[in-house]
Amino acid sequence: MKTLAELAAIKAKMQEKVAMREGAASTRIVVGMATCGIAAGARPVLNAFVEEINKEGLFDKVTVTQTGCIGICQFEPVVEVYTPDNEKVTYVKMTAEKVKRVVSEHIKGGNIVSEYTIGNAK
Amino acid sequence: MIRSHVLICAGTGCTSSGSKAVREALEKELVRRELDSEVKVVQTGCFGLCALGPIMIIYPEGTFYSRVTEKDVPEIVEEHLLKGRLVQRLVYNDTGDGSEDKSNPVSLNETGFYKKQRRVALRNCGVINPESIDEYIAMDGYSALGKALTGMTPDEVIKLIKDSGLRGRGGGGFPTGTKWQFAANSVSDKKYVVCNADEGDPGAFMDRSVLEGDPHAVIEAMAIAGYAIGADEGYIYVRAEYPIAIERLEIAIAQAREYNLLGKDIFGSGFNFDIQLRFGAGAFVCGEETALLTSIEGNRGEPRPRPPFPAVKGLFGQPTIINNVETYANIAQIILKGPEWFASMGTEKSKGTKVFALGGKIMHTGLVEIPMGTTLREILFEIGGGIPNGKKFKAAQTGGPSGGCIPASLIDTPIDYDSLISIGAMMGSGGLIVMDEDTCMVDIAKFFLEFTVDESCGKCVPCRIGTRRMLEILDRITSGKGEEGDIEKLEELGNNIKSTSLCALGQTAPNPVLSTIRYFRDEYEAHIKEKRCPAGRCKALASYTIISDACRGCSLCSKKCPVGAISGEIKKPYVIDQSKCIKCGVCMETCKFSAIEKK
Repeated sequence: MKTLAELAAIKAKMQEKVAMREGAASTRIVVGMATCGIAAGARPVLNAFVEEINKEGLFDKVTVTQTGCIGICQFEPVVEVYTPDNEKVTYVKMTAEKVKRVVSEHIKGGNIVSEYTIGNAK
Repeated sequence: MIRSHVLICAGTGCTSSGSKAVREALEKELVRRELDSEVKVVQTGCFGLCALGPIMIIYPEGTFYSRVTEKDVPEIVEEHLLKGRLVQRLVYNDTGDGSEDKSNPVSLNETGFYKKQRRVALRNCGVINPESIDEYIAMDGYSALGKALTGMTPDEVIKLIKDSGLRGRGGGGFPTGTKWQFAANSVSDKKYVVCNADEGDPGAFMDRSVLEGDPHAVIEAMAIAGYAIGADEGYIYVRAEYPIAIERLEIAIAQAREYNLLGKDIFGSGFNFDIQLRFGAGAFVCGEETALLTSIEGNRGEPRPRPPFPAVKGLFGQPTIINNVETYANIAQIILKGPEWFASMGTEKSKGTKVFALGGKIMHTGLVEIPMGTTLREILFEIGGGIPNGKKFKAAQTGGPSGGCIPASLIDTPIDYDSLISIGAMMGSGGLIVMDEDTCMVDIAKFFLEFTVDESCGKCVPCRIGTRRMLEILDRITSGKGEEGDIEKLEELGNNIKSTSLCALGQTAPNPVLSTIRYFRDEYEAHIKEKRCPAGRCKALASYTIISDACRGCSLCSKKCPVGAISGEIKKPYVIDQSKCIKCGVCMETCKFSAIEKK
């Protein structure tokens, strides 16, 4: 190693890999992963969130976790987003495609994608 | 894409309780469930809660599972990693205030064991994979070395360490910056940096945990020390009994060389530094700095007189600094966060934090790191979880066979270098052995003295012969043959050995005896005058009797007695013939009516 810049480059590259262990991220994305959720395709949704969050470099601000069944199985895959102000938004019938919009518009932009929320579910 | 990290402790404690099998089972199960591309398994160093191992933490949730076995793995994968549900029966949730709600896990820092801790030396233990230099770098690793080499003069580095107030963590408590200054002032074209990793105190394992959990922290600090004093070569003297630590050090040194963080022209500064390992063969005296240097040189590990001190004439006759593992583990943090940050923790003369290895009669056996000045009561009862089986706390031994005991009456003593010395104990390397009411203080003093008698190198007379004479007196006292005046003889001998021995081994060997006499003189007197062991530990002094009111005359004890000392008639109280009794205690274990008492 000849320069501090080389060290900084390794650090930057690695940070996203260990940031998860620091905890204390302010926004939480919780994917319903009970049998009903998994059957409806929650796994690709979960992975899409992880991928998008990392791609956007939001890994130190957002955690993606799973939870069990919240009782609205007909709307699975269900995703709940908790923002720092402790507001909860519930998205239903999620797909990997919808994930991209939620991340860019809601997580990054702060605008809820209301057409995917439970309030607009049919 | 990785969405979850599963951290599994791979320290010595958890390895011996089976963490390797858990890790292998987990890796297999993840492949079977096709989760291996989403979940990363990371082996880490010690979390500190060794009694509850193997320990597993799952991120991002930060769920803390304890006592995980291979059999639990499929359930953890299916429930937690796949469905996101807690495996409640494995959750460790003890907040220390009695409210335990397994369905609502608290974060690690809220548990009773961790909330009072402040992790500086152990900051990466249980957080990063010790075999990955990249993870260490992600946690600011090697940036202190970079900062020192590219932006500071050696004098500035030394001044910074001096200003922080850091004192040696190996036992003596000598100011680290001053030690570096002495070595820097010595004029020579060859100097050495040595790391003392010959942790020999029974019950102490903090250095092992640092080496196993964060080996790069020691390597980085040694390079910084080399820059500060003008040395280009370092040695780590580590016990051969620490195979995991050695393996991780070897990996870490190889990785550091590959990145040119060891070697020539580090960070383009023109500074060269490399490190070699030397293995100790298990002699306690080699933890003494001059004996350690003699051993590295290839000679029999015997101490040499000081002065000259190693900073003037050390390894191979050249100026040398020798610091303990835990001391080094603080260095990079001090450089990065500043001396004021470090000095803001601790007491007036003892800055920073100290790692203690809790052992003996305590709920949470393991490693804790606390700010200096924390009281013994907080360590034992808030962090350590108190004494098991409802027993009463009697005393704690600090500093192992070189230290002394702290009796229950001084439990509110703040733990720092000076207050421990003032009550006749010492910080030592940080072993903290807890004793309850069933411990005989004469017996425990004998235990430690037996250790130092065995480990005395034999070079100087007071230590070689004096400690043996003390042990003979203790043997006499505990076997019921103590004489009037024995206590005074022990005190006189002890004080003479302390003031005339060549090295710290002999100078501190009498401490356990002297400090137990100081606080538990009545127990010594009971052994000598009344031929009685108040704690009932000294077998030769115990006597077993049958309480005739409680005895139902079942005859079971007389059948079990190996020497036929118990006789009587069925359905009438039995008696023990004291002249035949060998005090084995079988009768007491056998009796179903608690009719046998031991005095």
